[in-house]
Formats: sequence, structure tokens, C-alpha cells
Amino acid sequence: MRNGYLIAASVVFVLAGTSRWAEALREISGRLEEMPGEEGYPAYLGRRLAEFYERSGRAVVLGPDERTGSVSVVGAVSPPGGDFSEPVSQNTLRVTRVFWALDASLAARRHFPSINWLNSYSLYTDDLRNWYVANIAKDWPAFRSEALEILQKEAELQDIVQLVGYDALPESEKGTMDVAKMIREDYLQQSAYDPVDTYSSIRKQYLMIKTILDFGHMEAEALKTGATATQVAAFPVKSKISKIKWTPEEQVEAFIKEVEGDMAQEFAGLKQEIKVQQ
Amino acid sequence: MQPVSHKTVNQVAGPLLFVDKVENAAYGEMVEITNAVGERIRGQVLDSRAGLAIVQVFGSTMGLNVGQTSVRFLGETARISVSDEMLGRVFDGLGNPRDKGPTIVSKQKVEIVGSAMNPYSREEPSEFIQTGISTIDGMNTLVRGQKLPIFSGSGLPHNALAAQIARQAKVLSASESFSVVFAAMGITSEEANYFIRQFEETGALERTVLFLNLSSDPSMERILTPRLALTTAEFLAYERETHVLVILTDMTNYCEALREISAARDEVPGRRGFPGYTYTDLSTLYERAGKIKGRKGSITQIPILTMPADDKTHPIPDLTGYITEGQVYVSRDLDRGGVYPPIDVLESLSRLMNQGIGKGRTREDHRGLADQLYACYAQGKDNRALSAIVGEEALSETDRKFLKVAERFEKMFVKQGINEDRSIEQTLDIGWDVIAPLSDSEIKRIKPEMIEKYRRRATTTTTR
Repeated sequence: MRNGYLIAASVVFVLAGTSRWAEALREISGRLEEMPGEEGYPAYLGRRLAEFYERSGRAVVLGPDERTGSVSVVGAVSPPGGDFSEPVSQNTLRVTRVFWALDASLAARRHFPSINWLNSYSLYTDDLRNWYVANIAKDWPAFRSEALEILQKEAELQDIVQLVGYDALPESEKGTMDVAKMIREDYLQQSAYDPVDTYSSIRKQYLMIKTILDFGHMEAEALKTGATATQVAAFPVKSKISKIKWTPEEQVEAFIKEVEGDMAQEFAGLKQEIKVQQ
Repeated sequence: MQPVSHKTVNQVAGPLLFVDKVENAAYGEMVEITNAVGERIRGQVLDSRAGLAIVQVFGSTMGLNVGQTSVRFLGETARISVSDEMLGRVFDGLGNPRDKGPTIVSKQKVEIVGSAMNPYSREEPSEFIQTGISTIDGMNTLVRGQKLPIFSGSGLPHNALAAQIARQAKVLSASESFSVVFAAMGITSEEANYFIRQFEETGALERTVLFLNLSSDPSMERILTPRLALTTAEFLAYERETHVLVILTDMTNYCEALREISAARDEVPGRRGFPGYTYTDLSTLYERAGKIKGRKGSITQIPILTMPADDKTHPIPDLTGYITEGQVYVSRDLDRGGVYPPIDVLESLSRLMNQGIGKGRTREDHRGLADQLYACYAQGKDNRALSAIVGEEALSETDRKFLKVAERFEKMFVKQGINEDRSIEQTLDIGWDVIAPLSDSEIKRIKPEMIEKYRRRATTTTTR
């Protein structure tokens, strides 16, 4: 691990099985007949975890030229029964700044990567804002928070849907549910077995989320003027949007142009239809 | 008394050394430990019995052996040299310079345990501190000499909140000297850098003293760090007549260090393995906040603690809440909803609020308005839960109104910029704006003459 700082490389250190490591610690502690802390783990569990994670960082290496080396640590914690309230998870969360919560129910539905979008967080979001603006697009931070808001809203609506059913929702909320579904299925979900979908460049990701959110805006607009969510759901362009992720990087810009053209056309058609009805 | 060296270490266990054949070790006495290769580490006597002293080592006990380790009892308890020169400096968890500056030399070497404040001399805190944060100023007012912890969880912006309070806190009456003492226990170097950068940017660093024990530093130091910080704060407050804001973060790490020592000493564990004296120990820190009659300075404490698994029944937040004068509760739901600062006012409380507000301090309508906002928000949140089941359409018109007010409360009153410094007038006017949808008859917590006087004013003066 220290070599990252010695030769000024950028190293990612992946530690799979912090929980097993902690169990070994517990076993040794037990044999030493130490007084246990929580759940039989030794009282110094938190300190040892913190000491480990604190070795990550970015430093200017010693030497005449100013080179920087960095070590990023990705630790996998697998708590028994997926219960994040146990000591190893909690002590890890206290010293780390990014949390990707893998969710068993997402995995069961074969949603991969099964990172729960509501429970996960990154405390670097604000620090990276400028980088995103400079390197991807001005509106990336806004897109991120808008997408997250839609998903949050979906989770709230889901409770109602389970009681009264989707059909009982007002049209605008049906629209939100539909867009959230597109974000989940056409953007967040990726297949690691597909040569194209396994890796999405950040540029492609930006174009994808932009298309979906644009669709959402147009849909909201249409619903306001009297269209129904069912009408919008029948749009052929929706299946095209879900194909973006299978589109290779070099064709994606052209394909999205096509999708946006279709989108504008189909929404315009719907508008015409409503006008005629009225 | 000449310090004596002992080479009679009998056992090394975790962070502890057991030294035999010691007759006169004092409880709490500092020791200097020299290992086989001549490196020196500090330690403190934890337990003194006839012929045995148990020494807690501030540092790693890795490599200490029984035969060659020598322990020198220094004949004094832990002390710190205090002086004005400490402002603008960064120290480690034991009070040694961390910023490559010189060691502090002073005639005044003060015991860090601190003597308890005479209850008779304690002055009741009553001066309003404006933090510029609406949820604190308007609903959970902080006063000088108060101890108001921030209850948070991992991944929540409690550091940003604490830094904002440190940047913006001021007393309205006069420009008196004000300084910040910052004690970090077991936080990451990134978090520590964040605070230093924040203090630098606002030029506050020159009136700040920092004690940093990072998570890679020895956990045993964490027991001393807050005491060093509070001793320094007491010097600045009562001898230099400064108003000191002490930020202690993260108290959870402090308590874990306490638990680590307790376990190493084979003490019978209490709740969640924390020692039975956790409450007593915490009170010796928190109770050092306050004001003394006849002295100009004051110590206001903001301890930060992260609740494991957001569980407020966990012993650390639970015991802290018994000692402190309320709490500021950082909510994960609000944070997810994109609200900064995500302070949940319904869970928060300032027990000293009433002393600091009202006519002549903030504004005469403050109490009533705060109560009204509490009532509306609580009602609105209940209605929100109801509407999640039956749908918004099924609510009565009044219920929908409260739902709207709760929404406005979160969007207009709670939410604000990280650099937005609202005056108390602004905060209260926004509060009036929030309840604007209500009719006069629905505003029951505010006296009619106040409604008459401030309601119209609010709608004309604010632009929202």
C-alpha cells in the first residue's frame, strides 16, 4: 500500500471481507480473554478500522520533482443478514466518506449494480461540483439532484401505490413514477455481461440522463395540458430510449439526436391530438 | 521529589502497562516511558495500589517489552502551559505543536482536569448568540455559556454545520473578543483539513486554537484532548476575558476510547460495553461550559456526536442528552430531501432558549412565532403521513393548508445557503412568511396584538 506514495502512482486498494477480518480480530480477542465491547468484538475495533482507512490519501512524494501519489481504499463490508447497524458497518461508516449500499432486494430483482440510490451517499459531491462543471457539463450537478429528487419522490409514492394502486394516482404523479422507472431501468441498471453496457463513459452517462430528464419535462408539460400518462407511456420513443445503453460509445451522439427528434415529434403529435379533442 | 525510574514492568496488555514494586505513584500522575531503543512515550497512572501501578500509554504499546522498558514517574498530574500565543496554533492530541511552530512556554502550567465550577458562582446564561441559521436562531436559540450538542449520523453534513456556526456566531450587543477552541478526537485528516481551511478562509484561524487527534493517532490521547482544549478555553475565557466557542468532535470516538481503556482494565461493562462511569465522565467535560459571576468571559460548547445507526437510544447520545442543555438534531430524511442544514426542529431543543429571546434581546414576537411554527410543522408532518395513505385529495381544506405550511417551512425556513448569514430579523420575517397561508383565526400561539403588528410588516418587507 505504501508503494503508492513511494513511486507516486495512483493506487486503488480493494479490501474484500472487512467483516471476516473483524471476526478474526474477535477470535483473537476472545482467546486473549479480553473484555468484549459490542457483539463480542474487542473494544478497539473502531480504532483499528480507523487506523486502516486513514492510510488512504493523496500526498506529494519526497524528492526534487513534485509528484503526487494516491491510495484510494474501497472496503467491502458484509454484515450478517445485511444488517448495517452492527459494529463493523457502523465503525466503517464513521471514518469513510462514501457509502455504496448494496441492496439484497435489488439483487433479487436482478437490478445490477444493486446500489441502493437512496441509502448510498458521497460526501465529495460538493467538492466535485466544479470538476463536473468543467469536465462534463454545466448542468450535471443540477441533473444529479433532479434525478435523485425524482427517485426520492418515487419511493414516497410507492407506499401509496401499494395501498391504492397506480391507477388511483393523479396524472402528474403517474408521470413522476414513469420517469423514475426510466431512470432506474434505462440509466442506473447496467449489464456487466454486455460488451457495450458494461462500461459507460461519463459523457454517455450525461447524455443518457439528459435525455430521460428531457422526456420527463416534456411529459410533465403534456400532462398539464390534459394528456394522460397512459398516452405518453405508449410512445414508441420510450423503447428507443431504453436502447441507448446498448449503443456503442461512438454512435451514441448520433443516436441520441435521433431519439430527441422522435421525442419532440411524438410530443408535438400528442399536443395536436389533444387540441383536436378539445 | 526526584523522579524515579522503574524497570519493573510486569505485563503489557493492550494500551496498559502494569508496573510492579511502585510504592508512591499518584492517581493521574504522568509518566514517561522509555522503550528498548530509547524512544519516549507519555503515559498516565490509571490505578495505583500498594506495589502496583497501572499505566495507560498515550501511543502505541507495540514493541514495548517487559525487560527493557523503563517507566519514570514524573510526580505531577497532566498539565498544559497556557498563554496568549496559543491562538492561531495547531496542536496534537497531547498539546505538542503540530504546525512546526515552537513549543508553548509559559509560567502558567494548569492542571487539565479542571476544578468544578462553584454552583453559587455560576451565572445563568442569557445572552443571545446569532448563528445566522434560522432553525437554531429562530427555534432552538443558542445562548452564551450553553452546551448544545449536534446529534448526527455518518454521512450527514454536521461538520459543515459546525463550521458555519463557528464562522457566523456573534453576539448582537457589542464587539467583544471572541475565539474558537477546536478539539478533534479521532476524526479523519480530511475532516480536520476541512475545518482548518474553513477557519483560514474566513480569517478566523488567528483567533482559533486547534487540538487535533486524528483517527490514525493513538486512541488513548483522545481522553486528554478535550480536557486540554477546555483548559485552554478556561484560560482564554476567565483570564483573558474572551468569549470562547468550544467545538468537540467526535464525542463518539471519545467514548469509544473510554470503552477501550475500560475493557483493557477488565472492568465490568455497562450498556453496549461502555463503562458504568461514562455518564460521570461525560459530565466532567460538558459541565465545564458556562459563565462565572463577575468574570467577563464565557465558554459555549458545541459537542458533535455521530449516533451509530442513527439510534438516539444509543448510550452516547442518551447520556449526552441528560447533561447538555438540549440538542440540535441532524436528520437523514431532510438531508436526502436536499435540505441544508438538515436540522429536524421537532427532535431538537434548546433548554435555555427562553432566557435569550424576547423583547430587548431578539424581538417580542419570537416565542409566540416559534411555538406557532412548531405547532404548524408538527401538524403538517402528521398530515403528510396521512396523505401518504389516503392521498392529498382526501384531506380537508385545513389539513391541506397545514401540509402546505410544512412544505413552505422546509423550503423557506429550514433550507438556506451554506454561506447565508441570516439576521434574527430576517429569520423571524421568513417565519411570518411561512405561515402566511393561515388565516388569523388559525394562528393560535401568537397574541393578537403581535399578529396585528408583525404580520403586515412581514408581508410588506420581505420579497419572497
